[in-house]
Amino acid sequence: MIDLLTAPFVEFAFMRRALAGCVALSVGAAPVGVFLTLRRMSLMSEAMSHAILPGAAVGFLWAGLSLPAMTLGGLVAGLAVAMLSGLVARSTVLREDASLAAFYLISLAGGVLLISARGSSIDLLHILFGTVLALDDDALVLLGGISTVTLIGLAVAYRPLVMECVDPLFLRSVGRASGPVHYAFLALVVLNLVGGFAALGTLLAVGLMLLPAITARFWAVDLSGLLPASVVLALMASVAGLLVSYYASLPTGPAIVLAAGALYLASMLLGPRGGLVWRLIPARHLEA
Amino acid sequence: MAPLPRPAPGGALAFRGLTLGYARHPAVHHLDGTFRPGSLTAVVGPNGAGKSTLLKGIMGEIGPLEGEVVRSGLSRQDIAYLPQAAEIDRAFPISVFDLVAMGLWRRVGPWRSLGRHRGAVEAALAAVGLTGFERRPIGTLSGGQLRRALFARVLLQDARVILLDEPFAAIDARTTDELLALVHGWHGEGRTVVAVLHDLDQVARHFPETLLLAREAVAWGATATALTPENLRRARRLCEAWDEEAPVCRAPAQPHAHGPQDHGSHDHASHDNGPHGRHNHGHAA
Repeated sequence: MIDLLTAPFVEFAFMRRALAGCVALSVGAAPVGVFLTLRRMSLMSEAMSHAILPGAAVGFLWAGLSLPAMTLGGLVAGLAVAMLSGLVARSTVLREDASLAAFYLISLAGGVLLISARGSSIDLLHILFGTVLALDDDALVLLGGISTVTLIGLAVAYRPLVMECVDPLFLRSVGRASGPVHYAFLALVVLNLVGGFAALGTLLAVGLMLLPAITARFWAVDLSGLLPASVVLALMASVAGLLVSYYASLPTGPAIVLAAGALYLASMLLGPRGGLVWRLIPARHLEA
Repeated sequence: MAPLPRPAPGGALAFRGLTLGYARHPAVHHLDGTFRPGSLTAVVGPNGAGKSTLLKGIMGEIGPLEGEVVRSGLSRQDIAYLPQAAEIDRAFPISVFDLVAMGLWRRVGPWRSLGRHRGAVEAALAAVGLTGFERRPIGTLSGGQLRRALFARVLLQDARVILLDEPFAAIDARTTDELLALVHGWHGEGRTVVAVLHDLDQVARHFPETLLLAREAVAWGATATALTPENLRRARRLCEAWDEEAPVCRAPAQPHAHGPQDHGSHDHASHDNGPHGRHNHGHAA
């Protein structure tokens, strides 16, 4: 039994690399996802992942299937969309979701156009579904770097970030941290989506970021519980997804996200914090 | 009362021809005058009189269409602001303690430990009657309890100027009395306090000075002389007009050193009531 779980990783270097990449991604992306869900920006990351596509496509057209080129392109496109929509939201009547929607649609349409004009559909599949089983050294360094930057960034900006989530008006009234914190957080989101796009593909980059974060709400109440819970759940989904894809010869990206989805459904039923099953055995209310 | 390190000397806020508004329509129109250091002023006026807009203008949340707010020597952190509808996300999993501790931002910033200030936070919570609520998530507080917590946060901010926008709306009488005691405490410590209020009896009993606002300052001075029935009637009349087709205002908006009675080109500014421009008298100190 234990052998079944460990053998693929012991025997094959590409599985170990995939695991290392997923661990790096889980450690960084899941906490970012917790803040995203708490700020009710869950769907924003989905839009942002689309915004990355044209950048990656430009990188692909320029340098072929080269991870650094595609990553850099995605990073530029994602950061540009994030900053532009943030700027528009802060200086016009548009809310952030509306301005982001406008920019990501422009960006996505541009990306699809670029890929269909120059590439084949096989290339598109590569970009959309990722290459987790072919992570080379560059990709691992990139993923490790991104999760390092993310953890340091979250640690440095933790207090103002929480304040910006709970009471942005108050943070604006006591200092100038509000704008920088908001943009820094958006930059972390983009960074992790680009990392996820290397491992899981653009389409599923959001999965490891959001599903564990959402699932964590069924296991913990406050941030001190949510953040570690989301990381643990992301790691579990990564390992389960890799094993399933190995034994059943399934694409890795979808397998990992589906594993995270299965954890979500199970937690929704059984999670100690508001799981549906617990509603069936209601506890009597307290005296005060 | 929370043990504060020192009584902060109040700061002055002056307005010079200040016009604030939305889509070019003024909500506060050519306002001149000063909140003296250490004064305790109620801002009164009908709905749409520009009271909240004035506070937002002071905070820099909206920029002036014309004129300026002079925050002489006051930094951003010297002004504490309790908005009417706080943008607080009550679903966010944060404890009452952590919410109130945000008031320490000036002292702890983004990185310094809260540990040394634990006592100050607890004292602030005790001052608003929320002892024992430290670990409760903010989502479980009632509206009045959340107001108390926000007052505790203002208390910790230790600001020289305190702006309160309808602080007692939907608050029960006992809580209001306790929070009013806090306001008087701030006044006693020499802080400048400005509160937007609707309860005229409350204003008359607790606030020595009043700014009666109806886009322009209808009256600004000692409460007893500002809140005359005639002034209140005029304020109500001035506020009713929202003219979609309003012509461009050509009145000169040069800075005035003194009170709002000075811009005579406006028929809406009153000329006949005494307290105008007398907000430099010292009865409230």
